[in-house]
Amino acid sequence: MKRIILKKAQIDLILTRICHQLVEDHGDFSNTALIALQPRGILFGKALRDKLNQLFNITVTYGELDTTFHRDDFRRTDKPLIPNTISLDFEIEAKRIILVDDVLYTGRSIRAALDAINDYGRPASIELVTLINRKFKREVPIHPDYVGEHIDSRTDDYVKVDWNQNECQVWIITDSDK
Amino acid sequence: MSLLSTKHLLGINHITREDIELIFKTADNFKQVINRPIKKVPSLRDVTIANVFFENSTRTKISFELAEKRLSADLVNFSSSSSSVKKGETLIDTVNNILAMKVDMVVMRHPAPGAHQFLARHIDANIINAGDGTHEHPTQSLLDAFSLREKMGDLSNKKIVIVGDILHSRVALSNIYCLLKLGAKVRVCGPPTLLPKHVGSLGVEVSHNLAESLEWCDAANMLRIQLERQEDKYFPSLREYSQQYGVTIPILKSLSKEIVLMHPGPINRGVEITSEVADSEQSIILNQVENGVAIRMAVLYLLAGTSK
Repeated sequence: MKRIILKKAQIDLILTRICHQLVEDHGDFSNTALIALQPRGILFGKALRDKLNQLFNITVTYGELDTTFHRDDFRRTDKPLIPNTISLDFEIEAKRIILVDDVLYTGRSIRAALDAINDYGRPASIELVTLINRKFKREVPIHPDYVGEHIDSRTDDYVKVDWNQNECQVWIITDSDK
Repeated sequence: MSLLSTKHLLGINHITREDIELIFKTADNFKQVINRPIKKVPSLRDVTIANVFFENSTRTKISFELAEKRLSADLVNFSSSSSSVKKGETLIDTVNNILAMKVDMVVMRHPAPGAHQFLARHIDANIINAGDGTHEHPTQSLLDAFSLREKMGDLSNKKIVIVGDILHSRVALSNIYCLLKLGAKVRVCGPPTLLPKHVGSLGVEVSHNLAESLEWCDAANMLRIQLERQEDKYFPSLREYSQQYGVTIPILKSLSKEIVLMHPGPINRGVEITSEVADSEQSIILNQVENGVAIRMAVLYLLAGTSK
């Protein structure tokens, strides 16, 4: 079974709310950078960056990080993990970093991201924003600072975030229809 | 395509164009890694690699070692001059003894062509060919093609000439396979004594005229004269060779366009190319060395990922 849980209008409201929360904590973003996680987090990251610009006229420092080489399941899956591109054209030393991902579930990608970030320097702080926080299956002690929507779902469900040009929506797909 | 079609890298002849593209794509990522403040990733931290060198090597060995260390692998080095091979041990026994110490991958250089194929049939670990006699040197040709692609873009229909000692060169054969698989046009150029008899049957053009070949090509790969492999005299003197087949600044200036120059090293300065050419803007020799580490990281990473 396939069920839509968030539609474009709701996602737009969420983006607006998170932007307000971020500005409340980070002001004009002069010492803050958004770093979106490859591959799926970058669409949410770009949407947040554009919304911040649209609502507050803030040009935020934005980068994209790939965590493939820091993942803990290398040689534990059937196929090798193929990396994506990294685009970080700024110093992260002493900056306040906000990691952006679309779905937080086991927390292992964020753990890998924390390791990957360290290769670039020592940020002043690292926070996490996620569009969807899937509960009940955290495997490492990681907690988001800003959340779009909390979702209670079964382990065998699949949460899919579609970011098409005009039609962004979030689905829950049960195991039989994956 | 996210999986290599092979468990070993024995030669370019054994892999597909898709494999080459995947290695290049992964090497692009590793090039980013080796250019950042911390040049190390933890991917291969549970992998042990043996570097087994039955022939001398400086840059290939250093390059493999650096690649392994930057992937966090554990490594052991072995060279025949300081080993039991001198006491009469066979290749399989030597390698099996190393593997008994729980080694996952073997990077090997061996003077006998085909030594790696033989080993691959008998042992379980991933094998990477770091040069087998005058046969193949796959990682060198991958880094050559990767460096060319970086400089000139897609290699389809680009014209590449390989100049010099084709007969004794493993780099030449791997380069021919690799460049042809990527759609380039390849020519070999050298004195008739240093070109294998039927080299044209590989699908390359054959020429003995350096000036005309340089005018034809977009890039030239200048091979080293391998004096250590030459039991007979193949040309009267090094001086005569360099007059006929050495690239100098006046020759480059006489061409109608700027060509890219490569050399797999070590350079005999003043023989294949003059010092001024080696250090000129057109030479990408040091890019080749830098890319060597990224390419070898990519090969090790992709092969290790399939070893389960």
